[in-house]
Amino acid sequence: MFDVIVIGAGVSGCAIARELARYDARVCVVEREEDVCCGTSKANSAIVHAGFDAQPGTLMGKLNAEGNRLMYEWAKDLNFGVLPIGSLVVCVSESDLAGLYMLLERGEKNGVPGLRIIDRKELLEMEPHIADKAVAALWAPTGGIVDPFGLTVALAENAASNGVEFRFNAPVTTVSRDGDHWCVTAGGETLQTRAVINAAGVYADTIHNLVAEEDDRLTIVPRKGEYYLLDTTAGDYVHHTVFMLPTSMGKGVLVSPTVHGNLLVGPTATDIDNKEGTNTTALGLAEVALKSSLTVKDVPLREVITTFAGLRAHQDKHDFVIGEVKGAPGFFDCAAIESPGLTSAPAIGVMVSGMVAEALSLSQKPEGVFNPTRPGVPNLMNMDFDEWDKLCQENPAYGNIICRCCRVSEAQIVDVMHRTPTPRSLDAIKRRTSATMGRCQGGFCTPKIMELLVRELGMSPQEITKHGPGSELLVGTNKDHIKAPVQDQEGGEA
Amino acid sequence: MATEKRELTCINCPLGCQLTVTIVDGEVIEVSGNTCKRGEVYGKKEVTNPTRIVTTTVPVIGSDHERMVSVKTASDVPKGKMFDVVAALAEVTAQAPVAIGDVILANVADTGVDVIATKNA
Amino acid sequence: MTALLENRSVVIVGGGPAGLSAAIAAYEAGEHDVLILERDTQLGGILNQCIHNGFGLHTFKEELTGPEYAARYIARADELGIERRLGTMVMDISADRIVTAVSAERGITRIQASAVVLAMGCRERPRGALATPGYRPAGIYSAGTAQRLVNIEGELPGREVVILGSGDIGLIMARRMTFEGAHVACVAEVMPYSGGLKRNIVQCLDDFGIPLLLSHTVVDIEGRDRVEAVVIAEVDERMKPIPGTEVRYPCDTLLLSVGLLPENELSRAAGVELSPVTRGPVVNESLETSIPGVFACGNVLHVHDLVDYVSEEAAAAGACAAKYAQEAQAAEPAPRITINAKGGVRYTVPSSVSPDRMDDTLTVRFRVGNVYRDHYVSVYYGDERVQHRKKRVMAPGEMEQVTLKRADLLKRPDVSSITITLEEE
Repeated sequence: MFDVIVIGAGVSGCAIARELARYDARVCVVEREEDVCCGTSKANSAIVHAGFDAQPGTLMGKLNAEGNRLMYEWAKDLNFGVLPIGSLVVCVSESDLAGLYMLLERGEKNGVPGLRIIDRKELLEMEPHIADKAVAALWAPTGGIVDPFGLTVALAENAASNGVEFRFNAPVTTVSRDGDHWCVTAGGETLQTRAVINAAGVYADTIHNLVAEEDDRLTIVPRKGEYYLLDTTAGDYVHHTVFMLPTSMGKGVLVSPTVHGNLLVGPTATDIDNKEGTNTTALGLAEVALKSSLTVKDVPLREVITTFAGLRAHQDKHDFVIGEVKGAPGFFDCAAIESPGLTSAPAIGVMVSGMVAEALSLSQKPEGVFNPTRPGVPNLMNMDFDEWDKLCQENPAYGNIICRCCRVSEAQIVDVMHRTPTPRSLDAIKRRTSATMGRCQGGFCTPKIMELLVRELGMSPQEITKHGPGSELLVGTNKDHIKAPVQDQEGGEA
Repeated sequence: MATEKRELTCINCPLGCQLTVTIVDGEVIEVSGNTCKRGEVYGKKEVTNPTRIVTTTVPVIGSDHERMVSVKTASDVPKGKMFDVVAALAEVTAQAPVAIGDVILANVADTGVDVIATKNA
Repeated sequence: MTALLENRSVVIVGGGPAGLSAAIAAYEAGEHDVLILERDTQLGGILNQCIHNGFGLHTFKEELTGPEYAARYIARADELGIERRLGTMVMDISADRIVTAVSAERGITRIQASAVVLAMGCRERPRGALATPGYRPAGIYSAGTAQRLVNIEGELPGREVVILGSGDIGLIMARRMTFEGAHVACVAEVMPYSGGLKRNIVQCLDDFGIPLLLSHTVVDIEGRDRVEAVVIAEVDERMKPIPGTEVRYPCDTLLLSVGLLPENELSRAAGVELSPVTRGPVVNESLETSIPGVFACGNVLHVHDLVDYVSEEAAAAGACAAKYAQEAQAAEPAPRITINAKGGVRYTVPSSVSPDRMDDTLTVRFRVGNVYRDHYVSVYYGDERVQHRKKRVMAPGEMEQVTLKRADLLKRPDVSSITITLEEE
């Protein structure tokens, strides 16, 4: 019997699991995909929002401000990539200036520190490529960028090292009440638990509706966002996250550096029906290209290294849905976690774990039992040669470069392969090390990473996938479907 | 009298002349569309006796640095025999050490041509 | 600072065909302190996976496979005892020619080079660079990655294949995959002509009945986990897909052969001036970049069609690097003539020449921007046309060249620019 089953190993589920690990409780995270961070958490703007967007008094407003503060704090313990580069909301028309001041006021009400309106002159100094029409901007120094993969993986690894179990390739099919506990069927296996947390992203409505009363149905609409990711050669085209102040022409797209040194441009916002609809479209990409020019001129889109689409878990009321479901004691929703959901994740973790701990009367582990730190993965990109040389002296594998675009060595890849949760696919390795994420998009390093998966994890090459079952990289071996001519019994030519 | 016309692209230079080869009773009587003599020679050969070098790989056992060893037919084989050559190699493995030029399979598919290694392994 | 600073005369970055040829030429020019730094565990570069034949017709007057071609140069380098460090990746080159490299064996090493030869080669343009809409499933490979999987690892990346782009690697892989038991449905090429060699179109596609769809591109990729189909549409003259022409090809694999890009991250970081056209360094008659003592050759300089030309060019760069290393100090600045590319000539390598420094003749290589039939290649010294040679056909896929004579230039001391252009008559 588990105390808590968390459905979904996205950033919310992993943050909740990590915080639950502080308690004396048996916790299990079940995930339909092969790894953590496979849904909404992996394909988004990777922004640490300062917190001026949400309406004061909403859950979003509260958790965003709180999450922003915790994000920078947690990065010290958990060693994921986060950079407080600040963000700008750019106003491109004098007539919209009132909107900018409204945003400032809202931010101040939400308790966002350091907000200030800057004029065109100062804006131009901060961002030389800003659009000619930009008249002013809201400067938010606490805005930042984060590695969403690194964050989610760090939370999961830290949870796991503190006793949380993870089950992958385990989609939840039924949740039912059995006396004083719940039965959750995941990946064909039925698990018993005292409490369930629904952190299933775009599927949170499906899971919620398995237990909710008739009049308490939830609908999550997948809202697609398409992006361009540009090469690191374009990474310093802007120095802060540049948003556009929404105008009558609609909401713009953001242009931002990423923690990996790339430039991110997007997203669109299109409501779709398909919860797996992460395909990019010609129209969507064209829209991103067009809208980026409203705030930043001549974004060097020819430096694109990939395009991708993510789905936000949108819900009509546009606020997080967090709390115990009516008529389902011990079943908690953590649903509709759309932007600023990534920023809010640490605060969501604290809030939901607290809620569940109280409901189950869980007690904290004795002092010193919970280890809040998780070792990072050394980033050779940000390291000087002396430091790198030291690593090489300790472990020569740091001198064997596997991914040349993102400067990832054999040592880092082998390191993450022996952590829990264990990465077994190309994308899982990418999320932890950034290998294959660079300008050649895995062209050179794919075969080398495959070799390491074979050597370190004993996988056969044919088993290796891009992102879980069904995405096998190989279909066979040379000539495996070609029949050799029949030889006669002497073994000579037929 | 059976007359046949075959259309080909000449490969001798980037011009890529579209050749028409007229064959009467199995004999080439005309090559047209070519701009130079080389095109005529190519056209004749392609319809009467087209040949190719076949290159592929076979697994190598016992090499510390190669899993596969690349091979080729030591000289041209009839174009129609390309797949026979490949099929004949389907279950062949080489044993290290292998040196460039080593015979991997003699008289492949009864062509009279050997398959030889093109890599040291 | 880290590790000892070691002094070497000629340091060659890359041990592929360009690096090998440059190293041998530097040695043969009398500079015996030559060091090759190669990131792979063997010399030969991409030739090791190019197991098809067709290499060496110019250099050795015979048709070799890639590994055989490489082996001849490696044997020569062995014979000369040229030092090489394998598994060694250069991470940085400074403007004063300090080369910083990393390897498992040595960790970080710093080498002060008298001359550096850039021979890093090129890489394939990935799918992302095309921004092709659709999912991002397994089964999308650049042709070169597939080539490595099949030819080096013996693994088959797909059974039902569509190829986008008719570059030579894509054409070669159409035949390779067919021989290994896969079926190639078609090759789609967005341009109205193929970027590959005629010989490859005939022997890799026509031989197997694989259609080449010119002016076509992939407009959608289906399949969330593994490629299930691609949609191919015809494009108009502006290369925009024409609605209504879409055809769906069920397949499990999409191979991309959509262009090669010189790998100049190190050069850029060093401050080497790069050409926006070739994406390679701007070089003079000595194949010297904008940084004195740093030379470039092979596909890092500009993408070549034949390895034979890589070897030839690299030999020139190697010899110049040796000479630079041996002259204790940089030569006096000499008058320099700019070489302009005009009228269909996209670029020239080199892009300037000093009559004082050049050998008796100088090979200038270039590519054209379209298919030209019955055009003349003309060379102007100032306004004076000094060469006028008719070519039946020129295509973007093939490299062209002209030869400049030192004597001609010395006869015309007032010439300040040379123009290479295509003319109809």
